[in-house]
Parts: sequence; structure tokens; C-alpha cells
Amino acid sequence: MRAGLRAALAVYAKDVRIEARTRETLGATLAFAFVAAFIFTFAFDPSPRTLAVVGPGIVWVAYVFTAMLGMNRTFLLEVERGTLDGLRLAPAPPEAVYFGKFLGLLTLLTAAEALLAPVFLILYGLSLLNVWFAAVAFAATIGIAAVGALLSAIAANARAREALLPLLFIPLSLPLLIGAVSGTAAALDGEGWSGAGRWLQLILAFDAALIVVSSWAFEFTLEE
Amino acid sequence: MTPNATSPARPPSRASSSGAWRQWLLLAAGALVLIDLYLIFQYAPTERVMGIVQRLFYFHVPVILTSFLSFVLAAAAGVAYLARRSRTWDRIAYASTEVGVVFFTTAILTGAVWARPVWGVWWVWDANGTLTFVLWLIFIGCLMTRAYAPDAERGARWSAVVAVIGAATVPFLYMAADWWGGLHPERVTGPGAQGSLEREMLLTLLFSFVAFITLFIALVAERTALRRDEDALEELRRAAA
Repeated sequence: MRAGLRAALAVYAKDVRIEARTRETLGATLAFAFVAAFIFTFAFDPSPRTLAVVGPGIVWVAYVFTAMLGMNRTFLLEVERGTLDGLRLAPAPPEAVYFGKFLGLLTLLTAAEALLAPVFLILYGLSLLNVWFAAVAFAATIGIAAVGALLSAIAANARAREALLPLLFIPLSLPLLIGAVSGTAAALDGEGWSGAGRWLQLILAFDAALIVVSSWAFEFTLEE
Repeated sequence: MTPNATSPARPPSRASSSGAWRQWLLLAAGALVLIDLYLIFQYAPTERVMGIVQRLFYFHVPVILTSFLSFVLAAAAGVAYLARRSRTWDRIAYASTEVGVVFFTTAILTGAVWARPVWGVWWVWDANGTLTFVLWLIFIGCLMTRAYAPDAERGARWSAVVAVIGAATVPFLYMAADWWGGLHPERVTGPGAQGSLEREMLLTLLFSFVAFITLFIALVAERTALRRDEDALEELRRAAA
């Protein structure tokens, strides 16, 4: 157990170090999400009344694009540089590799989401500085990273991965997306525990299920 | 089919005896569906409010139920495959997925055609509609995962993983979509039923269930056997190369 935890943290530290030195994934993810957030300015008339309705949707469409780009790269580097075999052969249980990758993706996505938040304020006047929004967003991101780390291991080895990943990710994470959009709407409306709290509970329960099933299933995706 | 007696990879043992039950099952399913058609269009009375379009109910409800059954079977066979690594389980999972896509598509189309005159829209994102649509997408995802995997073995494993995660999603998705919005007719039979059906209607519905489930089993058995033949052919090809 302790050795597994150490191995997971080693995988996590490796990924964070690579990202800190190259800043490749965060940069690409942010640029892409910024463009995705910005295109909505022209997709409809950004009047305050429209924004009150579609605001949470804009935020989460941008975040989901960010997440898909980020998870696409989670295992891509390992496959491209042939280091996946190293992870396979490492004297660590597959669950440890999974949790390392999951934490890495969670860190990346949380950072990207936090850095994107001011963009919504500037472009749409949406203030996301809200405790309930932060809680809902972080909980949903846990689930996104949990299923994303698993799907990334599948997609990185498949052909047409850019098409396959969204096709698998969107349906499997739909409860998170419904919960995140509804929870965000409730949080921005100032409905704390009664509104956002209910969605938060659903998201957290789903997170737990996703982490358990994904960490169990991960070893089947790692096998040659 | 006539097995090639000279091929070492294909012993001619399973020729007629083991495949015969599948043919009988298929015949039985065909007969049941024909009788079902008679019951639906002749025997069952026309519903007073919705009229003739209500007869879609006898297709839609059993087909939906069979679709969910196909998902349960695919996920269970997937788990069995991951645990045992027996090709048979994978063939069942594959057949169930493929036949399931056809049933889900039928369920979605009959639902849309029914919803249009009754509710005035083709599609409603309530819990049942959302769940059906998402499971259909997950099944397509399973088939695509297989198609894009570097080899059949990995495709089988990955597709099983996707089906299992999909099964874990079901209760949460149902709840999320239910909170989000709802408009679907109340259940008319079984536990929690509101109101009651005419006797002829209930009989037709129950017969429809039997017919469609038999058809599903027959198709899955047929597809599983076909898959086995495909595997044998692939093996012969590899041996010849």
C-alpha cells in the first residue's frame, strides 16, 4: 500500500516536472480553451439577459474542450517516446500508475480552469469568484480526470484518437456535465446548499464510482 | 456450411447438430413476431385519446426493454471476458453490442415517431430519453473502440472496459437527467404502475415482450456463432500466410 502510494506520487511528480519544464500542455490547452470561449461572443448576442441563461453552459463547454485536449496528451507523450513500456515494467501496481496519471490530469485541468476564469469575467462579465462554483467545478474536474486518465490510456494507443476520445468521453461523463452546468447555474444564482449542494452531492457520488471502476479497469488498458 | 476436412484448424465436429437449435430459435422468433404483428394491428383495440399511433407502444416499450437487456448482457459478458479471457465471452459481448445498437436505434426511432404527434416534438430530454440516447452512444463507442484498436485482443479488452464504465454511469445519469427535467408517460404496468390497461392491450404488450426478447436472443446466438466462424477464418488465413 505504502509502496503503491510512493509509486503513484513518483509518476505524478514526473508528469508535473515535465509540464513545469516544457509548459507545453498547459499552453496548448489554455490557448485552445480561450479560442473556444471567445467564439461564443459571435455565436449569439452577448446581452446580460442571454448570458444569465447560457453563461454556465459557455463556461462548461470551454472547460470540456480544455479537458479533452488535456487528457488527449496524458498518455500521448508516453506512447510517442516509448516510455509506456517503462511504466508497464515498473515494479509498481497498475493502480499506482493510474492514480499518478489521474492526479497529474487533475492538477493540469484545475490550473487551466482557474486561469481561464478571468476570461469569462472579461468577455462575458461572469464572475466565477464563488465558493459554491469552486466546489462544483473542482468536484466535476475530479470525475473528468478520473475517467479521462483511463480513456486517455485507450485512445493514446488507438488509431483516430482525436475522434475516439470525445466519442467515449462525452457520453461517459454526461452526469458530470449535467451536474456541473446545473450546479454552476445554481451557484451563480446564489442558491448555496439547497441548489448547488444537491448537484455537488450527485457529482461527488459519481466521482467515487468513477475512481473505483476506473482504477480497477486501468490494468486492462495498459496490457500489451 | 461444409467444413474443409483437410484443414487442421477447423475440426468438422460442429456441423449440423450444434447449430440446429439456433435455426429453430430463429424460426420461433420469426413466428412470434408475425403473431405479434397480428395482435398489435388487429387484436388490440385502438386507444381513445392517442388513436392509431398508440400502437407504436407495443413496439417501443418491449424494444427499449430489450435494448437495456442487451446493455446488461454486453457489460456482464465484458466483465466475464476480462476475468476469464475466454473468446466465447468476447463473442457474446460483441454480438450483444451489435444487435443492441439495432434495438437502441429502433427504440429511439419509434420513440421519436410516437412523441411527435403526442407531445408535438420529436425528442424530449427526460431521464428515459437521455439514458437511451447515451447508452446508444456508448455502444457505438464500444464498436468504434474495437475498430480503432491495433489488434482484436486489445479491442476486446478496451470495449469491455468502456461497457463496464458505461454500466457504472447508468444510475447517476438517470438521476442527473431526472433532476434536470422530465416528461415521459407514467409506467402502465409492473411495479409502480399508474392506471390500468385494457386486458387485450396488456396481453398484446406481454406477448410483444416475449416476441422481441426471443428475437434478441436468436439474433445474438446467430451473431455469436458467426463471430466464431470469423475467428476461425482469421486463424486459417494466418496459418496460410
